[in-house]
Amino acid sequence: MSFPPLNLNTILFVLLALGAIGSAMMTVTRKNPVASAMYLVMHFFMLAGLYLSLNAQFTAIVQILVYAGAIMVLVVFVIMLLNLGDEDKLLEKYNVRTMIGMFASGVFIALIIPLLRGLSPKISDASLQIGTTENIGTVLFRDYLFPFEAVSLLLLTAIVGAVILAKRKIED
Amino acid sequence: MNVTSIPLEYYLSLSALLFIIGVFGVISRRNAIIIFMCIELMLNAVNLSLVAFSAYLGDPAGQIFVFFVMAVAAAEAAVGLAIVLALFRLKQTVYVDEVNLLKW
Repeated sequence: MSFPPLNLNTILFVLLALGAIGSAMMTVTRKNPVASAMYLVMHFFMLAGLYLSLNAQFTAIVQILVYAGAIMVLVVFVIMLLNLGDEDKLLEKYNVRTMIGMFASGVFIALIIPLLRGLSPKISDASLQIGTTENIGTVLFRDYLFPFEAVSLLLLTAIVGAVILAKRKIED
Repeated sequence: MNVTSIPLEYYLSLSALLFIIGVFGVISRRNAIIIFMCIELMLNAVNLSLVAFSAYLGDPAGQIFVFFVMAVAAAEAAVGLAIVLALFRLKQTVYVDEVNLLKW
């Protein structure tokens, strides 16, 4: 099995991948929900770095803006609003060994995938051009205009629904 | 300029591993907000897979789809957290195993 050569590109990928996996595992296993949220923010930044290594500049910036900047702020806000403390004990439903077994088998399956040789072309030369904001904007507003407008309707529905669900009851 | 390539399988196996970590979190945690964060982990794993394919096949459709997945995830975050808030007001708990009114 031949590994990719050891240059800056590979080193960056390995660092970002290990950072993403490590912060994901920390997110899943912390008792304090604010600690989980902070590790998830770190995970989103690692993923933004991975998108940059794939020449997807627009996706990387939107990832930071939307996920780390809006969704996680909302999650932390809700955690603070509910004033949640630490969880008492984790993994009370399942046996610890069973969970470790499931996780190890999942890791094993995921590590088999690089052995599938001969599938991948090299990274496309067009990827430098299709990842730019200009190109994403052109394709979005030319070929995918209807889904774009539909998503705006979806966001309107979500806003109305969230306000109604979280509102206090009005005393008559 | 592409000096060298990480093979596509590496990105896909990383995506699969992150997805498995997310599933592990959804199954084993009690706190509804942490379950929601693990769902976001799963969505981001799929986003990574989509962007990797988009770069390796030269098709912008993958990144457009990631844009829509992010928009849907934002909408889901708003509504899901509103549901958690309403549930907390009713039962004073966010632990999903204590919400068993529908159990027969």
